[in-house]
Amino acid sequence: MNWTLALPELALALSGLAILGIGVLPKRNTHFASAIAAVGALLLAAALTLGTPEGTAFGGQFVSDGFARFSKVLVLLGAAAGIVLAIDFNAKEGLDRFEYPVLLVFATLGMMVMVSANDLMSLYIGLELLSLSLYVVAAFNRDDERSAEAGLKYFVLGALASGLLLYGSSLVYGFTGTTNFDRIADALTDPSKASSGLIVGLVFVMVGLAFKVSAVPFHMWTPDVYEGAPTPVTAFFAAAPKVAAIALFARVLAGPFGDLSGQWQQVIVLISLLSMVLGGFAAIGQQNIKRLMAYSSIGHVGYALVGLAAASEAGLRGLLVYMAIYLLMNLGAFAVLVAMRRQGRAVERVDDLAGLARTDLGMAVWMAIFMFSMAGIPPLAGFFGKMFVFKAAVDAGLWTLAIVGILSSVVSAFYYLRIVKVMFFDETAGALDPRPATVSFVMAGSGLFTALFFLWPAPLVAAAQAAVAALLG
Amino acid sequence: MAVSLAHFLTVSAILLVLGVFGIFLNRKNVIVILMSVELILLAVNLNLVAFSAALGDLTGQVFTMFILTVAAAEAAIGLAIVVIYFRNRGTIEVEDISTLKG
Repeated sequence: MNWTLALPELALALSGLAILGIGVLPKRNTHFASAIAAVGALLLAAALTLGTPEGTAFGGQFVSDGFARFSKVLVLLGAAAGIVLAIDFNAKEGLDRFEYPVLLVFATLGMMVMVSANDLMSLYIGLELLSLSLYVVAAFNRDDERSAEAGLKYFVLGALASGLLLYGSSLVYGFTGTTNFDRIADALTDPSKASSGLIVGLVFVMVGLAFKVSAVPFHMWTPDVYEGAPTPVTAFFAAAPKVAAIALFARVLAGPFGDLSGQWQQVIVLISLLSMVLGGFAAIGQQNIKRLMAYSSIGHVGYALVGLAAASEAGLRGLLVYMAIYLLMNLGAFAVLVAMRRQGRAVERVDDLAGLARTDLGMAVWMAIFMFSMAGIPPLAGFFGKMFVFKAAVDAGLWTLAIVGILSSVVSAFYYLRIVKVMFFDETAGALDPRPATVSFVMAGSGLFTALFFLWPAPLVAAAQAAVAALLG
Repeated sequence: MAVSLAHFLTVSAILLVLGVFGIFLNRKNVIVILMSVELILLAVNLNLVAFSAALGDLTGQVFTMFILTVAAAEAAIGLAIVVIYFRNRGTIEVEDISTLKG
């Protein structure tokens, strides 16, 4: 048994337990120290991930390949940025408890197991480790009614999604006789022999995963949870878990069920179409910027799923590039949201950004870059993400999907540009509080990536290509 | 009449549907939702054990053990969240959980 393949996960699990152990010692104010230790642990895991050899371990439960490495590095970066964003916010809101970084470390561990899963069992365990941690952090501001409600809603719908996923897994197990991805793929080499029970199981699995990536029509929890949870938690939700869930979606469909692509492709086309359209239209009327970003993230999931719907090598490569770009520009935009405080209180309405260009030009410019990038305006990074997935869709003959995608990204440009207009041309609503250095750091890092990606896109595209090659084997 | 695999699958499908309807049609109490979630997981367990016996393969029963363990953790977290919600609002009526909307 080659357990060294899981070295990054083991290191992260042990660091999480160590931080938890140190946190419960009777000392005051261990939040900052535990946050720094957690970021260190995540970066250590990222370094170890890059050096992990390929292969399967733990009786075929766990696989380490290029696809897992690519997704894990993204997830670890997203999680580290999520912890950094929370340091200052949590201190000001009285949420500076050491449990927060610990929970995020365990959520990240769950995501790493998820993207490395090679069996329905390890898929479930990873997904639940992630979900259970996220239920708790959604309700982390436990004296706030809205945070508690967000946690409750997320819990109920997340538990339902896990249940449906499991029911699908049980049917897949029953009709193929195995839970191992490689052996499921072997059992399904002849798509015409796939029984209807197996197809029902596959649909249940897809419903469960669609809940986790918040694709329409399984998105209804997203706006409420994003609005109610504390802002750094929302920033985390929108970044790392989304990348991990999309990667898992791609692995499950392209791996064990790759030969059934005729069956799942139409479902993905439909949910991708609906997500893009809903993400475009539903965000228009939103006044709360966290709610607006929730609908925006639903739309982005739709665009990413276009790549999966193409069911081709180019489509999956586009999907991975899209998620990498989405992760970074979303972290930047949420860094701006975390920095939105006036007279010591967090504000979260779009109007609260009014006239930001006159009081904090730097932040307004970064935010404008993120908004233009999300709208898909060249030469910013978001444009390239959309270009890759739409190109793949056209090559796969999915013209409707590409046309609807482009039209709905025009619609969504309306609300992204409205934020820019509010920041640069509206009367100022009063200066925001000075932003903390941690937030500026994340903002500048992701802003530079988003703005300058077009100069040097080759490394990311090549990494995504290698990851897809590993997945399709 | 011998009890066949189809009987087990039918019972478990009925349990699943009851659980899903319990979540969506229930207008009273969040605790009932937690019970419905458990019902869904038990339907899955029954399915897995029945398949495991029919296939003569132990994987399904191992899977069931994992699900039982995780379900316990999930119930604990769910109840904790219900408790903090009750502390804030003084109610756990499903219809009252509507501060966030739009």
